Amino acid sequence: MIKSLQELEEIRKKALEDLEFRKQNGEGIRIVVGMATCGIAAGARPVMLKFVEEVQKRNLQNVTVVQTGCIGMCKLEPIVEVYEPNKEKVTYVKMTPEKAARVVAEHIVNGKPVNEYTIGVEENQ
Amino acid sequence: MNELSLNILDIVENSISAGASIIEIEIYEDTVSDILKINIIDNGCGIPKDKIKHVLDPFYTSRKTRRVGLGLPLIKQVANDCGGDIKIESEKGHTCVSIWMKYSHIDRPPIGNITDTIITILVSNNNIDLIYKHYYNDKNFSFSTIDLKKVLGEQVPLNIPIVIEFIKKEINEGLANLYGGVRKL
Repeated sequence: MIKSLQELEEIRKKALEDLEFRKQNGEGIRIVVGMATCGIAAGARPVMLKFVEEVQKRNLQNVTVVQTGCIGMCKLEPIVEVYEPNKEKVTYVKMTPEKAARVVAEHIVNGKPVNEYTIGVEENQ
Repeated sequence: MNELSLNILDIVENSISAGASIIEIEIYEDTVSDILKINIIDNGCGIPKDKIKHVLDPFYTSRKTRRVGLGLPLIKQVANDCGGDIKIESEKGHTCVSIWMKYSHIDRPPIGNITDTIITILVSNNNIDLIYKHYYNDKNFSFSTIDLKKVLGEQVPLNIPIVIEFIKKEINEGLANLYGGVRKL
């Protein structure tokens, strides 16, 4: 596979710089996507990739996107949990790539959770 | 699930839960013999002998939160509908899930976006190695995180944006070449 060693060397250098920056910034925000059978069937893969894309596009150094298994409420999948240091966890349900983009813009970047997508609102409907 | 790449992602998630550190995905597209075959091989903890006959039963799960588990029964159904089947071989440190079906069967789901499946796996599992081999008749393409780590060095995680972007490009180009320059999924 590997074609251009020079290209990879560039990537390696940038990656190491990036890593150093992350270390200095300490603990950041974690975006956790449910990726069990129920989540995948409901569309978790494009949701997760949208989060990755948005985080990358905005160059958000202190944000990581990770996955977990079945959260236990399959009918509300895809479910995404956002963990911020020293704040209460926010659970988003029935996520789509479009909703993911809005969560990154309003919650991750500007610190205001998108209430209408949260589990509390959905459960009360 | 409307594409096989989602079923593959689902089965790989099982491998990850089983603590696998090396996962292999093999896809064989043989239009001459009219067979599509997918193997997923891992070095995880394996499925105990007394459980293995239950994993294809939709009303069985090892999970305690609920009484059903659907991942493997779902793909078995797809394979059966398309003139094929599924076979699972497992022992401690080695599990192989093989799925095959008639390539031209009218109900066969498309393979779908395999690049997205691989990226999804790598983004949140930095400690696993993934080997992906894709055969289309007499042509083949392979991608391995082991090779990539050799060049990038151990300190560079694969799940950072710049590396993910590279992997995406690498696989998309590989697949395009495999299908003779035309992306046919």
